[in-house]
Amino acid sequence: MSPPGLLGAADPVTGILHMLAQPFEVRALVAGSLIAAAAGLVGWFVVLRSQVFTGDALSHVAFTGALAALAAGIDLRIGLFTGCVVFGLAMAVLGRDGRADDVVIGNVFAWVLGLGVLFLTIYTTGAGGGDGSAGVTVLFGSIFGLSSGQSAVAELIALGVVIVMAAIGRPLLFASLEPAVAAARGVPVRALGLLFLAVVGVTAGEATQAVGSLLLLGLLSAPAGAARHLTDRPYAAMWISAGTAVGSVWGGLSIAYAAPRLPPSFAIMAVAAGAYLLAALAAAIGRRHA
Amino acid sequence: MSPHLGWNPARDASQLLTYHFMLNALCAGTIVAVMAGVIGWWMVLRRQSFVGHTLAVVGFPGASGAVWLGLSATWGYFGFCVAAATVIAGLPGRPAMGGFSEESSVIGTVQALALASGFLFASLYGGFLNGTTALLFGSFLGVTNGQVWALLAVAVAALGALVAIGRPLLFASVDPYVAEARGVPVRALSFAFVILLGLAAAEASQITGTLLVFALLVMPAAAAQQLTVRLARSLWLSVVIAVLVTWLGLGVAYFSKYPAGFYITTFGFAAYLLAAASRMIAARSGRWGNVMPRTAASLPTAASRP
Repeated sequence: MSPPGLLGAADPVTGILHMLAQPFEVRALVAGSLIAAAAGLVGWFVVLRSQVFTGDALSHVAFTGALAALAAGIDLRIGLFTGCVVFGLAMAVLGRDGRADDVVIGNVFAWVLGLGVLFLTIYTTGAGGGDGSAGVTVLFGSIFGLSSGQSAVAELIALGVVIVMAAIGRPLLFASLEPAVAAARGVPVRALGLLFLAVVGVTAGEATQAVGSLLLLGLLSAPAGAARHLTDRPYAAMWISAGTAVGSVWGGLSIAYAAPRLPPSFAIMAVAAGAYLLAALAAAIGRRHA
Repeated sequence: MSPHLGWNPARDASQLLTYHFMLNALCAGTIVAVMAGVIGWWMVLRRQSFVGHTLAVVGFPGASGAVWLGLSATWGYFGFCVAAATVIAGLPGRPAMGGFSEESSVIGTVQALALASGFLFASLYGGFLNGTTALLFGSFLGVTNGQVWALLAVAVAALGALVAIGRPLLFASVDPYVAEARGVPVRALSFAFVILLGLAAAEASQITGTLLVFALLVMPAAAAQQLTVRLARSLWLSVVIAVLVTWLGLGVAYFSKYPAGFYITTFGFAAYLLAAASRMIAARSGRWGNVMPRTAASLPTAASRP
């Protein structure tokens, strides 16, 4: 399928209407928006709690989980979510205070990726004669390739993540900024930390379907960084982060539609990184005028 | 001829060395393992493994961009890794523990953007899907003589530089405040080390692929630091483990249908687990006593302070 491209249209409005007439594009936009909202919310806490390295490790587990499922001949998403959630919980239990040691994570994730390569080889050379591009698809996503069933499941899960984050947002914020005070006030700091890493795992599985396991770290950290520059109020920043992530997906998908040679996951990442840069510049200019 | 593993190790080894490509792969692997063993040891001591990972990731668009432009991937790796190292080394401050750290969100964003750009170059080059996997997960086939010499020259230069700055760097890594007070140029040393780390990441990427550099940069060093707290001894152990893991990994991959990246990471991880287990057993039998620090890496270092 080769979409006509936004640039071929007479004016931007017609181009966008053309784009919205494509079912695969609409599916990608709806699923992508919800996944981005979840990633933006979760990502803000990941950065706040200095767990970016954990997010990075999860992205590699997502790859191995998905390919292990493919090698075993089952649905890729089963492996993806199981791998991410189990690994997130393991990280929470292994690391002291729910924050894992980076040398331990580094060792584990390098080995996990090695296993992923093994599964990729088993899948592509095995009896099933798997598709050789499966590895690249998992690594870099294929948001335009979502079937309607797949995107419906992805949307439901993303919605669930958003609801959970909205519910635990305030106590989690307290527990992240002042863990000792929060614990003294009766906030279940350790339980929240565990729950949060499980949610990070689910979000990693979601984001893998949209932008791929290698780029999910960007979807978690770029909107969070941008939000940090735009406001000092933590609760507002959390929602700005979600909004920035959704905007990046819209921008990225439109660019990828206009220029079909650009992979959509690259376009989404480029917009998200651009948003971060603009927010940092705006904050710098604001400081100078203040 | 398809390779067969027999019971005679000498015959197996001579089978391995029959082919020039395998000889080149082993030479390149050894050079890279020595360099990664040494510089990775410093990286673990200084707690900069996240920086090392980021540098390796930035090598990916370098390599795929170089291939897209028709150049050798080697130059792409070195060019991008060193350029990224210069930028990262120039960033002010260190990651804070707790609270919102600007640096970690920047690193996450830069990593993802680098990987995305690498993927963009790979798609623009077209028909390159297997090539993408090879760049990410390594491939020991087709290492040229020129590449071996380039790896050797860079490794010798980098290790020479490290020998020259070794003593003050150790002081600055273990106790940056006292070192600074004594007039050691802590900041300049830190800058120089990140550049060396960039070179090591670029070298390791060419054997293990961008995503598996930790197999040579972190695993041997972490295993060695589990086995002994004596600095010089653990540095040597780190090199020995890195070289053994590489030889075993390449050798076994030659006789098997599964990729070298899998074997190298698995052997490296096994070494780390064995080292951790033996330390635990030694600690239980009381040989180490209760006063020993956990590992050399748990000494207060530059990065663990605000």
